[in-house]
Amino acid sequence: MSGIFNKALMVHLGLIVVLLALHFILPAYHHVSLARIMVLAVYALGFNLLFGYTGLLSLGHALFFAAGLYGAGLSMQFFQWTAGPGFVFGLFCAIAVATLIGMLALRTVGVSFMIVTMMFAQVGYLLILYYNEYTRGDEGFVILRELRVLGPLDLSAEDIRYLVALALLAAAILIKLALVRSPTGRILIAIRENEERTRMLGYDPFRYKLMAMVISGAFAGAAGAAYGILFGYVGASFASIQYSILPLLYVLMGGAGVVLGPLLGTIAMFYLIDIASGMTSAYLFFVGLALVFLILVAPKGLLGTVRERWAPWLP
Amino acid sequence: MTTLLQTRNLSKNFGGLAAVQSVDFDLQQGEIRAIIGPNGAGKSTLVGLISGRIAPSAGTIAFQGQSITKLPAHARVARGIAYTFQITSIFANLTCRENILLPAQRAAVAASGLFGRVDEAALITRADEILARVGLGDQADTKAKEMAYGHQRLLEVGMGLALHAKLLILDEPTQGLSDSEIANFIDLIRTVSKETTILLIEHNMTVVMDLAQRITVMNFGQVLAEGTPEEIRANPAVQTAYLGG
Repeated sequence: MSGIFNKALMVHLGLIVVLLALHFILPAYHHVSLARIMVLAVYALGFNLLFGYTGLLSLGHALFFAAGLYGAGLSMQFFQWTAGPGFVFGLFCAIAVATLIGMLALRTVGVSFMIVTMMFAQVGYLLILYYNEYTRGDEGFVILRELRVLGPLDLSAEDIRYLVALALLAAAILIKLALVRSPTGRILIAIRENEERTRMLGYDPFRYKLMAMVISGAFAGAAGAAYGILFGYVGASFASIQYSILPLLYVLMGGAGVVLGPLLGTIAMFYLIDIASGMTSAYLFFVGLALVFLILVAPKGLLGTVRERWAPWLP
Repeated sequence: MTTLLQTRNLSKNFGGLAAVQSVDFDLQQGEIRAIIGPNGAGKSTLVGLISGRIAPSAGTIAFQGQSITKLPAHARVARGIAYTFQITSIFANLTCRENILLPAQRAAVAASGLFGRVDEAALITRADEILARVGLGDQADTKAKEMAYGHQRLLEVGMGLALHAKLLILDEPTQGLSDSEIANFIDLIRTVSKETTILLIEHNMTVVMDLAQRITVMNFGQVLAEGTPEEIRANPAVQTAYLGG
């Protein structure tokens, strides 16, 4: 058992080392892209915890991403906070929102849960537009460069930005790996597989689902806050339905219920959109084509298929 | 003997149908009790009420002298009432061992307190012990959905055992088992009953007569008779209910 654990741990640590090595060799364009991808991957990792492990499909995760983004952005804007306090406040906002929404939305299941979470996210999006006096609505606002510092680190510098994004991703991967391999992770998977049976084994499903929702929301909030701080822009489009669907696409592509699936999915989807939109404005056609292809060839996603065929030990 | 479980005036109506009507049911600590009765007599509904899967329309349930009437199902399991499903309900995509680890972990957490650590190695040892006890020792790494139906039933029973409960409710556990598996099952329940009170719903009369110290007969949602196997066999009302009068 511990041997298996070490093997899994080595794979995850190895990947983090590879990402660190890429920092030194990637050309500028891909360097920036990968920094962006790593932050979005944190978002997808959190989404996967709820969707892939606990079996809950939320269509309103943009709300938690936006809570982190605006929590950080607005507090820095209005109180002249620097990145550290801004990030913590953004994270706190996302956790608070996820707890509240979780307590309400988890009274529903299945399709109702999807609809309820989506509606709450729409409310959040419309609130951002409504209070455009503070949020600048669709147009958004730029976080001042001099506030985007963490101690001596200038987070708007490309090198530092990449390394901070990597540090955040590494933390997210290791936290998630520890969680899904813990006794608690086993209960989350049990709820996904058979909720009624899990209840009759003495576990309160609501409590564990709420916990998964809050941790997932915290990942989303951390990603949102980091995105705002590292790239300096806060706008309402990040709270739109599109940003609720994106992590679902990342997770489906990379493999639901595999720790690293969302990272791979984010990379693949990001470059797919990037390359396709360079060729045609109908880039969503290629996204759709990729999804159809995926469903036909690898319905469990890229890493889900790898685990099924070659690496059953992959957590 | 002390009373482990007591229901008073326990009733459940589904629309106009009284599935369980004013049942006063007492279970003593350490006994093996069987509930029998024709289909639709209310046996499964009664244990559903006791385990908390079904909310009662009226009446009370007390476990170890404390009311559990308002407790949700998972809290009753935490108090020591384990329920194994009539319709096999296992974690089909997980391995046999993982199926047992989940209830074993629940029992370990309950034993070690809120902040106690769960020792994974000890948990696995315990799970493998239970698998060996129910005769699935060689299938620990098999996915539950790939097992034969009878083996899935045994896994279901194993999950109940792993909870280390004070009261183990078995809802038609021998359904679909072969004769030799039934013989093993009877031995197993005898051993388990030294530490655990057993409440058994069963259609197989050989199992009932062999295992049960007392039998409760239900008909039309009510308790028709209660007594030792000999008394029940000799009871004319029971014969009428079963044979049609």
